Amino acid sequence: MRIRKNIAVSDEGFLFNPATGDSFSTNGIGSEIISLLKQDKSTSEIIEEISKNYDVDRLLLERDLEEFTGLLKDYSILE
Amino acid sequence: MEKKRYERPTLRKMNTGLMNKFGTKTENEPVTHIESVSVKGLLKEYGSPLFVISEKQIRRNFQNASRIFKTRYPKVQFAWSYKTNYLDAVCQIFHQEGSWAEVVSGFEYDKAQRNGVPGNQIIFNGPDKTDEQLVTAAKNNSLIHIDHYDELYALIRLSEEHKLRPRVAIRINMDTGIYPKWDRFGFNFENGQAWNALTRILNSPNLDLVGLHCHIGTFMLSPNAYATAARNLCELAWSVKERYGKILQYLDLGGGFPSTNTLKGAYLPGTDTVPSLDQFADAITDVILGYGFSQDELPLLILESGRALIDDAGYLLGTVLATKRLSDGRRATILDFGLNTLFTSLWYEHKVSPAQPMGQQTEEMVLYGPLCMNIDIVRESIVMPLLEKGNQLVVHQVGAYNMTQWMQFITLRPNIVLIDTDNNTHIIRKAETMEYIDSLEEIPQHLK
Ligand SMILES: Cc1ncc(COP(=O)(O)O)c(C=O)c1O
Repeated sequence: MRIRKNIAVSDEGFLFNPATGDSFSTNGIGSEIISLLKQDKSTSEIIEEISKNYDVDRLLLERDLEEFTGLLKDYSILE
Repeated sequence: MEKKRYERPTLRKMNTGLMNKFGTKTENEPVTHIESVSVKGLLKEYGSPLFVISEKQIRRNFQNASRIFKTRYPKVQFAWSYKTNYLDAVCQIFHQEGSWAEVVSGFEYDKAQRNGVPGNQIIFNGPDKTDEQLVTAAKNNSLIHIDHYDELYALIRLSEEHKLRPRVAIRINMDTGIYPKWDRFGFNFENGQAWNALTRILNSPNLDLVGLHCHIGTFMLSPNAYATAARNLCELAWSVKERYGKILQYLDLGGGFPSTNTLKGAYLPGTDTVPSLDQFADAITDVILGYGFSQDELPLLILESGRALIDDAGYLLGTVLATKRLSDGRRATILDFGLNTLFTSLWYEHKVSPAQPMGQQTEEMVLYGPLCMNIDIVRESIVMPLLEKGNQLVVHQVGAYNMTQWMQFITLRPNIVLIDTDNNTHIIRKAETMEYIDSLEEIPQHLK
C-alpha cells in the first residue's frame, strides 16, 4: 500500500493527481493518514500512531482506515 | 497529554470548472442515445461492436463548412476525400450535398464512377496511377493531379498515343513551417521543381494545365500554414499567367483541417485547442483575394477536407467483456473492439462514454481491445465509472479513416449502421461472415 509517487499533497489537505487531473480535499485525520502512508507505514503502525494521539476505539479506527484506503485506491491515489 | 477528538477521515473529490475539462464529470455523462436512437436498442438489433453514422451530422458539417468558405470567397468547390470514408452511402451523402470526388487509386476512381460522379468531377490524386487508369481518367475529362516526373512523362506519352488532351494539375509540396514536412508527394516549390514541371506541361501541346494542387498535411493546427500554401500556389498561378498568358481555373488547397479529437500526448482536449474552420478559411481566402487577380480571373477554390467533415458523425458502440486488476494495481477493462476495429486509437485519445447511467465513483483504468496482442490498447489511461462486464460504451468521433483502415484481424468486421435524417436506421455495410472470408480463399488440391 503506497501513495503514488506523482500525487501532490499540500499541508492544507489538498491532493492533486496529475495523471487524471483530479483534485481532492481531505480532513485533518485524513491528511495525517496520508502522510503516514507516504512514509510507507503499515496498517497496524498507522493504527498505533493515530490511537496514540486520538481518542478513538481501535476497531472503529480499523474499519474507517480500511474504507479510507479503499477510497484512495478507487481514486488511484494509492497503488 | 490529552488526546485529540477523533473524526472519521474523509476524502472528497473536487469538481471545479477547470478540473471538469480534464475529467470526470462531464466526460462520464452517459450517452444513451445517438441522434434520438437508443444505444442499447442499436446494440441489441445490430450486435456489438457496431459503427453508427449520423447522416444529419454529416450534412450539418458539410453545410457549415460550405457556408464558412462561401461567405468569404465567391467560387468554392468541395471534393470528398474517398479514403477518409468510402462507404457508398457516405459518399452519396456528400455528393448529394454537392461534393465532387477526390480519389487516390484506381479502386477509389472506380468507386466514384459507380457512385455516379461525372468524370469531370473526379480529382485523381496520389502516386499510384497505372497507364490504363490514366487513359480512362483522361477520356473521362477527370482532373489528373500529377505526383512525379514518371507520371508526367507517362501522361505525355499516353496522350500522344491515344490522341487525348487530359486536364492536369500538379501536386506541390512546400515548407509551410510544419514538421514533418510532407515532401514525398508532388513537386517541390522551394527548389524550383514545381516550376520546372509546370514549364514542361505548358510546353506539351497534349496536356491542358488547369490548376494547382497541394495537401500540406493532416490534422493541421496552424491556419498560418494554409496562408503560406495559398500564397505559394498564387505565386505559381501568377507566373503562369505572366509568362504563358494562361489563366488557371482552380487552386486546390487539399484537406487537413483537424476534427476536435484529442491527439495522443496532447495536454488539453482537442475541443479546446483546435482552431475553428473560420480561421482556416480566413487564412486561405484572405491571401487569394488579396493577391491581385481580377474578379473574372479568380480561381475556383477546391477543398478536399476529409476528417473535419465526418469524424464527429461516426460513433463506435461496444461492450465490456471483463475487468481485472493488473499486477501494478491498475484497473484494466477489456472491450469487444480494439485496434483492428478502431484503427485511430493509434493517433487519438478517443473520448469514451458509458452508455448507461453509472454511479458517481470513478477510477483510472486502461481500456484494452479483445485481441490477444500486447499492442491492442484503446486508451492507455482514462478515468471512467466503475465498469463491469456487460456495460455498454460509446466511442466518439470515429467517422474518419476507421471504416477504411480497419483490419480483418482475429475477428470479423462489424455492421455499420446509418441513422438517416428521420432517425431511421439502415445497415450500410454488413458484418463480415465466415462465408465472405472463405469466398476469397482457395485450397490447392494436395491440401484438401
Ligand atoms: C490528397 C489528399 N487530399 C485530402 C485528404 C484528406 O485529408 P484530411 O482528412 O486531413 O482532411 C488527404 C488525406 O490524407 C489527401 O491525401
